[in-house]
Amino acid sequence: MKTRFLFALALIATTGLLSGCVNVQPWERGNLADPTMNPGRDPLGGMMSEHMWFSREAASGGRGVGGGGCGCN
Amino acid sequence: MNTSFNQNHKSKTKLTAILAAYLLGALLVAAAPLKEGDLFPDLNQFGLEGSVPDIHGKVVLVDFFASWCHPCQESFPVMEELHKQYAGKGLVIIAINLDKNKSDMEDFLKSHPASFVILRDAGNKLVSQVKIPTMPSSFLLDREGKVHAIHRGFKGEETRKQYAGEIEALLK
Repeated sequence: MKTRFLFALALIATTGLLSGCVNVQPWERGNLADPTMNPGRDPLGGMMSEHMWFSREAASGGRGVGGGGCGCN
Repeated sequence: MNTSFNQNHKSKTKLTAILAAYLLGALLVAAAPLKEGDLFPDLNQFGLEGSVPDIHGKVVLVDFFASWCHPCQESFPVMEELHKQYAGKGLVIIAINLDKNKSDMEDFLKSHPASFVILRDAGNKLVSQVKIPTMPSSFLLDREGKVHAIHRGFKGEETRKQYAGEIEALLK
C-alpha cells in the first residue's frame, strides 16, 4: 500500500518536473533575435581572431580550409 | 480481511482519481493551437491595449508582429496597401504587437507608419491562447469570425498575392 502511494507520488512529481521541458514560443524570441546574439555579426573581426587562432595553434585548415599549419599566410 | 479489501479498493480509486485529474489538467494546459475553421477568440476578452474595433460581420486580418521580427517590417507596407485598397469594401486589419517594451513598438511604428488598427497584447494572453506557429503570423477571418486562412511568416510578393486573392474572395 505504502509502496503504491510512494510510486504514485513519484509519478506525479516526475510529471510535474516535465513542465520544465518547454519550448521557447515564437513570440518570446525577442532576446534571441537581437543582433548581439549573432556570433558572426562582425566578419572582419571574426577573420582576424580566426587568423590569430590558427597561427597560435598551428592549426591552419583546422576548420575546413586548406593550409599547411605554418601560420605564415 | 473484508475491511482490508475495502480500504485497498478505496485508496486505489482515490489514486486513480488523482492521476486522472492531474492528466486532465496537463491536457488543458497544453491547449491546441487555432486552426482553419475555428472561431477566432473575442478580442475584448484579453485586456489588449488600444481600442478594439467592432468587427461584427466584417472580413478581418489579424496580424501578430514585434519590432525585433524582420519579416514583420516587410509586411507592414503590404498591409498598409491592403488597408487602403480594401478598407472601404469591408476589410479590417488589426495588427497586434507582442513586444515586451511599449517603446520598442512605438519606435517601430515611427519607421513603419500604419493607418490600420494597432493593438498591444502586453500580457501575451491572446497569443498564448491562439498559439501562433511563427513570427509573424496572421489570421484571415471571414464575416462570421471564423479562421479562413492562416499565414505563417511573411514571404514578400507571394504572401501579398495570397492575401489579395483570399480577401477579394471573402469580400464578394
